Amino acid sequence: MKREVLNYTDKKHYSLKSNSRWGKEEETEIFGQNVKLFRKGKMSEDDFRRFRLQHGAYGSRLQQNYSMIRIKIPSGDITPEQLEKIASMSEAFSIGSAHVSTRQNIQLHWVQLEDVSEVMRGLVEVGLTTREACGNTIRNVMCSHFAGVCPYEEFDSTPYAKAIARFFLRNPVCQNLPRKFKINFACCSNHGLVRIADIGLIPIKKDETNGFKIYLGGGLGAASFIGHQLEEFTPEDRVVSTCMAVVRLFDRLGNRENMARNRMRYLVNEMGWEKFQKLVIKERSSVEMTISLETLNRYKVDFEGTSIRQLSNGKKLPLINEKVDINSDPYKRWIHSNVVPQKQNGYFVVFVTLGAGDITSNQLRSLAKTIQNYSGEGCARNTPNQNFAVRFVKAMDLPEFYNDLAKIGLANPGALTMSSAVGCSGTTSCNLAITNSHRLAKEIQSKFIELGLDTEDDLRDSTIKISGCPNSCGQHEIATIGFYGGASRIEGTMTPTYTMMFGGRDGEEGMLGRTVMRVPAKRVISTIIKIIEIYRQERIADESLTKWIGKLINGEVNDKGEINNLDDIKRALMQTISLPNPNDDPESYMDYGNDIKFSAKTAKGECAA
Amino acid sequence: MKYTSKEKKTKSILSRNDRLNHSQDVITSADMLRTLIRKNSVRVVDVRKEDEYKKEHIKTAVSIPLAKVLDNDSPERIVQLLEQNGISDKIPVVVYDDTFGALAARVAWTFQYVGHSNTSLLETTFAKWKSYGFETEKKVNVFPHAEHSLRVNNEIFANYNEVEKAKGEQNKILIDSRERLNFLSEHIPGATNLPYTMLGTADSILREPQEIKRFMENRGISTNDEVITYCGSVGTLSGLAYYALRMGGVKKIRLYSRSFKEWKKLGKPIEEFKDANFWDLSAE
Repeated sequence: MKREVLNYTDKKHYSLKSNSRWGKEEETEIFGQNVKLFRKGKMSEDDFRRFRLQHGAYGSRLQQNYSMIRIKIPSGDITPEQLEKIASMSEAFSIGSAHVSTRQNIQLHWVQLEDVSEVMRGLVEVGLTTREACGNTIRNVMCSHFAGVCPYEEFDSTPYAKAIARFFLRNPVCQNLPRKFKINFACCSNHGLVRIADIGLIPIKKDETNGFKIYLGGGLGAASFIGHQLEEFTPEDRVVSTCMAVVRLFDRLGNRENMARNRMRYLVNEMGWEKFQKLVIKERSSVEMTISLETLNRYKVDFEGTSIRQLSNGKKLPLINEKVDINSDPYKRWIHSNVVPQKQNGYFVVFVTLGAGDITSNQLRSLAKTIQNYSGEGCARNTPNQNFAVRFVKAMDLPEFYNDLAKIGLANPGALTMSSAVGCSGTTSCNLAITNSHRLAKEIQSKFIELGLDTEDDLRDSTIKISGCPNSCGQHEIATIGFYGGASRIEGTMTPTYTMMFGGRDGEEGMLGRTVMRVPAKRVISTIIKIIEIYRQERIADESLTKWIGKLINGEVNDKGEINNLDDIKRALMQTISLPNPNDDPESYMDYGNDIKFSAKTAKGECAA
Repeated sequence: MKYTSKEKKTKSILSRNDRLNHSQDVITSADMLRTLIRKNSVRVVDVRKEDEYKKEHIKTAVSIPLAKVLDNDSPERIVQLLEQNGISDKIPVVVYDDTFGALAARVAWTFQYVGHSNTSLLETTFAKWKSYGFETEKKVNVFPHAEHSLRVNNEIFANYNEVEKAKGEQNKILIDSRERLNFLSEHIPGATNLPYTMLGTADSILREPQEIKRFMENRGISTNDEVITYCGSVGTLSGLAYYALRMGGVKKIRLYSRSFKEWKKLGKPIEEFKDANFWDLSAE
């Protein structure tokens, strides 16, 4: 494939081309009309719900008159113009804040059903779509936010991710799958969520040919699985037929009866990997023999505007690891935990710290200007850690970049550390949520920054991820310390609790965490702090928290200390998690963000609708 | 009262614009206001704080701060304010603020309530006006006392009784114009939320009439419905909604100026929603 060479300073060109024309105006009109039909009783509730989800609007927590609008950002690649539009849409029709999800979507919450078409109309103006962001479709196609700048990558997978996204968007083959379907691209084996997707792809080269290592059948949820590798190497010209084959198989063989077990991972698990693998290979041949030219032409890998990423690679730069501590200059502290060098000499990726993915309209607008001013590629990426990565920033611009962020309250340190806890939306808006995971993630972040834990390098590669129920939108199973919400009766009182898991990780070596114990919501923070305290006493030399937790899971005996396995740590934490008598301290039995007695209220989820 | 020739000409400009654009009842464009100022046939009212007015204001403007209006908004007192500022029954009044039109809307509504029907809102805020480089000045303008009649227009006013009666009645719609999260927390039972944030754009305090009309249609509000607007405390946000809906063609519309503050104080029933922690979604 021929690569078009562009002047890499042509930012405007890039931002126009990079993520445009996903949306269609006529779909907004149809949505508006169908809301009216539904309100007049001329469209059944079931039909309307299916239609609504297909177009990216979820019902809100115990309030069907409001929607959560999920905006797909294919590859997470987003332009300043799009950010500004999302800001205005949020201000006018939502709550004045937008929310970055864990799958590179941006969500607007509590939008009145009657206004959804208005928001869609605005999004289409800047090329965005919500189509197939929910429902039994191929959801937003993710791509590592390091793709194109990662020192470990063999080539930039972004154009492929977008080509696949475009190939499947509105494609008849995936309009009514047994269940949702997720495709994730990595940049290398270290970064990305390839083992927890229906299809995960890592770019690799073989004899100078671009291709992918493809993993199938992974996914998180009430029952989670790690994906299996299809074959050693899938050349780039077989990527689309491979994906097509997998989607077709799932469409044909997936379980359409049992909603709780109809993701493709269950099919793979029930059938057995070897059998599924053979079927995929066979199906691929049949796809390749029968696919029409017209269909094949829907798949176009477009390198336009990516030339900045083709800059000559400098040697791999070290992390900016000048030692900092809680008393360091705020700018230095921020640089240390929010900025990493790219493979391109002299350029940096700057991470913008958000609280559990929330950002106000005013902040979005200012951030859009900052991106315009300082990113050499003129756009940003939203990441599964619920923040923004701004790339191709020059070293000399970092102080100004920081000042811009500081002016709008976005200069918190810790984006790349354990202090930036991930939290799904929880009881702030989700029907399935049992606990307020969203607020808990924010509480953890502010507490950890206050304690300066973002400055401690032995915690740096650890992560905290929280879901408000077992369904894993917070990706708790791939966290170093993960939590999912539930309810337990403690001292005769219904109490919000979290099940704590240890040792999950992302990347090609992706692993699911192991269950440790239940922790009352109001004891989660003190429990994490206690774990760090125990780790500091028990670790050998300067091993990281992640490494130490890995050893605990494997029960690797530590001569030095007393905590050698999960049972030991459970015992050591018993006192920390205990609650006083509910009459003496009723607050300990309530959830974050509430001053009333806790009760676990949920409604039917719409994920499986 | 006889028209001066200038006033006649103004009237003809306005009525021509009426035909051209439905929004002219409600909104005066910046260009139009500049023309009116040049022709000396308009009274411009600045509702910002008095010291802001003293620093700089639109040319020929008088100062009637919102706080002064709310301080005592008995009809007699409002007419007195009009007269003190040289506002006769016939002179067109254009009101502006420096927020997003809500303060201006509340004052404009008050003038119309006491009978000064020829009142409209400047399409833009003071900051925008200034950024366009349009005429401003610092001098405090004083105009000779004018006579103004008192004709209270009860058709645009609602008290809690009327709000109560509207509930559950077909073709009567209660609009809450506060932001979404305030509305979700608590509101008057049966109200529909039309947040003030939907009504304007960065350049204009109110959107184009066809957009407002579309928002109404989406919500099933027809121009023949009887609408009451309210907001949190003194009727500013709902004042803006009042004008937006008028621009959208609603013929019968009232402002519940004492709004939710009075409603709660009177212990009237409210609808609450406590099953979601939606406030925690806001970024700081």
